[in-house]
Amino acid sequence: MNDLNSKNFTSHLKNYAVTYMFIALSVFFIAVSGLDINYVASQLLLRLNRNAFIVMALIIPIIAGMGINFSITIGAMAAQIGLLLTISWGVTGVPGILLAAGITLPLGLIFGYLIGSLLNRMKGQETIGSLILGYFANGAYQLLFLFIFGGIIPLSDKVTIVGATGVQNTLNLTGSVGLSTAIDSILRVPFLQTVYVLAAVVLAGSVVLWARKKITKTRFLALSIGAVIVAGIFLLPPVANVFNGSHGREIRIPVVTWLIIGALCLFNATIMRTRLGQKFRAVGQSQVVANASGINVNRTRITAIMISTVLAGWGQIIFMQSEGIGTFQTYAAHEQVGLYAGAAILVGGASIDRATNMQALIGAFLFHSLFITAQSASSNLFGNAVVGEYFRAFLSYGVIALALILYAARSARQRKTNLMAMAAQNGAAKE
Amino acid sequence: MSSEYILEMEHITKMYGPNAVLKDVSLRIRPGEIHALLGENGAGKSTLMNVLFGMPVIHSTGGFEGTVSLNGEKAEILSPMDAMAKGIGMVHQEFMLIPGFSITDNIKLNREITRPWPISKLFGSNLEFLDQKSMASDARNALDAVGMSIDEYALVAGLPVGHMQFIEIAREIDKTGMRVLVFDEPTAVLTESEAAQLLSVMRQIAAKGIAIIFITHRLDEVMAAADTITILRDGKLVDTLKTADTNVGELAGMMIGRGDESVIQVERRGTPVQGGTAMTIRNLWVDMPGETDKGVSIDVREGEILGIGGLAGQGKIGIPNGIMGLYEALGEVTLFGQPLPLNDARGALQRGLAFVSEDRRGVGLLLDESIEDNIAFSAMQAHGQFMKGPLKDSGKIRRYAQDMIKELDIRCTSAAQPVGTLSGGNQQKVCVARALALNPKFLFIAEPTRGIDIGAKQLVLETLVRLNREQGMTIVMVSSELQELRSICDRIAIVAEGKVADILPPEASDTAFGLAMSGYRAQGGDGQ
Repeated sequence: MNDLNSKNFTSHLKNYAVTYMFIALSVFFIAVSGLDINYVASQLLLRLNRNAFIVMALIIPIIAGMGINFSITIGAMAAQIGLLLTISWGVTGVPGILLAAGITLPLGLIFGYLIGSLLNRMKGQETIGSLILGYFANGAYQLLFLFIFGGIIPLSDKVTIVGATGVQNTLNLTGSVGLSTAIDSILRVPFLQTVYVLAAVVLAGSVVLWARKKITKTRFLALSIGAVIVAGIFLLPPVANVFNGSHGREIRIPVVTWLIIGALCLFNATIMRTRLGQKFRAVGQSQVVANASGINVNRTRITAIMISTVLAGWGQIIFMQSEGIGTFQTYAAHEQVGLYAGAAILVGGASIDRATNMQALIGAFLFHSLFITAQSASSNLFGNAVVGEYFRAFLSYGVIALALILYAARSARQRKTNLMAMAAQNGAAKE
Repeated sequence: MSSEYILEMEHITKMYGPNAVLKDVSLRIRPGEIHALLGENGAGKSTLMNVLFGMPVIHSTGGFEGTVSLNGEKAEILSPMDAMAKGIGMVHQEFMLIPGFSITDNIKLNREITRPWPISKLFGSNLEFLDQKSMASDARNALDAVGMSIDEYALVAGLPVGHMQFIEIAREIDKTGMRVLVFDEPTAVLTESEAAQLLSVMRQIAAKGIAIIFITHRLDEVMAAADTITILRDGKLVDTLKTADTNVGELAGMMIGRGDESVIQVERRGTPVQGGTAMTIRNLWVDMPGETDKGVSIDVREGEILGIGGLAGQGKIGIPNGIMGLYEALGEVTLFGQPLPLNDARGALQRGLAFVSEDRRGVGLLLDESIEDNIAFSAMQAHGQFMKGPLKDSGKIRRYAQDMIKELDIRCTSAAQPVGTLSGGNQQKVCVARALALNPKFLFIAEPTRGIDIGAKQLVLETLVRLNREQGMTIVMVSSELQELRSICDRIAIVAEGKVADILPPEASDTAFGLAMSGYRAQGGDGQ
C-alpha cells in the first residue's frame, strides 16, 4: 500500500512537474519584483477574469484527441469581426456585446467546421496544423479588414480610415462606443465579501447534502473544514488587508463575468456526462476503437473544434471588454491568443491529451502571475525591464516545447509494450 | 421459407483486379452451431469475413459474386454498421477496447443508455445524459454471462490481456438481436485455463441459439469446441465436415495441401550438413508489432540453408529483425561462438551478418538513389568499403555494381538508374546484391520472393543455393511460402505463437507441417 502511494506520488510529480516549477517561479518572481502585493493580487484577478474563458475553450479539443487547438486564433478573429460590425453600427453596452457574440456564433461555427475538416486531413499533426492554420487565416483576415471591409462592404466612418480603404489600425471601445467593461461593470462586488459568502454557501450546502446522505462523511468534512479554513485565512488581517483597500485600492470582482466563466466550467463538465462527451473521450483515446463501434470519428472531431472556436470567440469578446484593454488593435489583437492560452493550460498541468477546468484556471493564474511580475523582477535583477519582455515570449514558447517533449517521451515509454517486461521476467526466472 | 440455416453464404467469388481471392466458396451455419473456419494465411478467411461484414474494401473493389442470406432471406450487407444492425458481431483479435474507459463504458460504447433532459430535447439525443447505473447493470449481466466476476467499474488499462478478451465477448453478447458472432483467433493471447474457459463460454453462447464462426489455427481447440469445420485453401473451399468425422491429422493435411510444383528443382545434398554451429539463439524475445517472438531457441548449423516458416503474425519475421537490431530484442545470441550484442544494427553488420529485409521498399532500399549507391551503401557504412580516404570511390562502386548487375541479371538501363523505377523482382535483386557487398558469412533473407514474378523468383532462389554451395555461406531464409522453403532448405523450423514449434526436414508430410503451424509438436520430428 505504501509502495502504491509513493508510486502515485512520483507519477503525480511527473505529470505536474511544469506546474510545480511555475509555482516556485511565481513565488520567486513576486518576491524579487518588489511589487506591492495589493497590486499583484488585483492584476491577477483582473487577468484571470480576462483570460480564463479563452483558456477553457481549449479543453474539449484536447479531450477529443486533437491536441492544443491553436486555431482558437480564428475564433478570436470571428469575434473581432463581430466587434467591428457592432462598433460600426453604433450598438453600445450589453446589447452591443450580445450583438457581437451573436455575430460570432455563426461565424465561429462555420470557421470551426472548416478548421475541423482540414484537421481531419492531418490527423496526428493537429497541434502544428492548427498553429499554421491560424497564421494562414491571419492573411485572410488582413485582406478582409484592409480591402473588403470599407471597400466592398460599407462601414461607418467611425471604423474606417477616412480617405482610404480599410479599417483603422486601432479601434476605441471606450467612451461613446460603450463596449469597454460592458459586462464587467454590470455588478462589482468586493472580493473579500465574495469569498466569505462563497465559503458560507459551501459550508451550508455540504451540511444539507450530508444531512440528506448525498455525500460521504469524508467528503462532508473535507468541504466544510475547507470552507472554514479558506474563510478563516481571508479573515486574517494581513490577508484581508491586501484586498480590503486598507492599502491600495479595494479589490472588487466583476460578478457577471465570473458567472459566465462559471457557466463555461459547468458546460464543460456537463457535456462530458452526455453521449457527446463520451464520444469526445472515445475518439480522443482511440480513433480506431471509436470507429469500430460506429462513432463517426470525423464528425465528432469537427464538433469539438466548432465548439472550441465559438467559445474562443466569446472569450475574445470578454477579453476585449475587460477593464484595462479599452482599445482594440485591429490587426494584432488575435495574434497571441492561441499561444498564450495554450501555454497557460499546459502550465496548469494539462497535456496534449488531458485537460480539466481546474487545470485551465490554475494554469491561467500561474501564467499571469509570471507575466505581471516578469518586468519588475527583471529590472530588479538585471537592471533592465526589457529582459522581462523577452522572458514572456521565452516562457510561452518554452512551456509549449517542453509539454510537447514530455508528451513524446511519455508516448515513447508507453510504446514499449508489456512484452519486453514479460520477456525480462521470463529471462530472470530462467536464470 | 424459414431456413434451417441462420447464415448462408452461397457461391461467393471475389476478385481483386484479375486475381480471384475467393472462388465459389459456400458457408452454411445453423443457429446455435459453432462452426470453425480453417485455412492458412491467404486462404481467403479474412476476405470471406470482409464480405460478411460488408467492409468498404469489398465494395470499393467491385463487390463480390454470390449471395448472403440471413435466416433464409437474402441480405445485402452494405457496411460494418449494417452488419451490426443485422445481428452480426465480431470478437476482434486486436482488442477494440479503450484503455482509459471503464469496463462498463467499453461494453456500452456508442450504445450508451441515456436520460433526456430539456436541453437534449432541444438539441438532440447527443446531449442526453449517460445513465451510468443502468449501463453498469447491463455490463454486470454481460460479464456474469461470460463468467467474469471483475468489477464493472474497473478501468480496462492494466487488466490482463485475458480479461480484455472476455470483455470483448461481453460487449458482443450485450448487443440485442445478436445472431452470428465471429471469433477471430480468440485464444491467441490467452493462457491455457483462460482458453478452456473461453471455449466453454462459446458453448454457452451457442446454446442460446447464436451461431458462432470460430477462426483459429489451433486444431485441438477446433476439435474440442466446433460442431462443423470448413477448410479453405487458396481461396477455394476444400471441404466442410462434421467434427466427429475427422481428426487433427486430416485437418492439418487439408489446410496445407500439396502444392502442384516446386518453384525450382535443387539437387539435394547427398549427406546432411555436418558443420559446426554458426549461430545459437536462446530464449529470444522480439518486440516487433504483429510479429512478436516469445522465447525462440534454435541452432543454425554452419553451411546450411535453414528455413523458417509459419503462419503470418506468429513471429517468424521477428527473428531476423530482432537479431539484426531493427526491433527491440532480448535473449542470448551467439555468432560463430562469439556473443552477439542485441539492439545494435551496426554491430550486427560489422560482425559479418547481412539481412535482406521483407520490407524492401521501407527498410531495404533508398528508392530515389541509384542502383550502384544502394548496392554499396551498407558496405560503406558498416565496413568502410568502397572508400578512397574520406571520399567514396565511385569507380570501384561502378565496377562492383556492374558485376552484380550481370551476375544477378538485374534488368536496368544503367547502374545509375534510381531503384524506385525498377520492377519488384529487380529491386529484390538489388537488395541481395547489397547484402552480398557486405561479404557476409551469414545471411538472413526474409520473404525473398514476395511480390515478384516467377522468373525473378527462380533467379533469387538459385542465387541463394549457389552462394550456399559455392561459398559455404550460411543462410536463414524466412518465408510464408512453404513450397519455396521445401525446395531449397536443409531443415525447416516452424514458428507458432512466438516459439519454435518444430523443426522438420523438407520432405516431411503436409500433415506434419500443418500440425506444427497449429502449434502442435509432432512426434519424432527432427527437433533439438
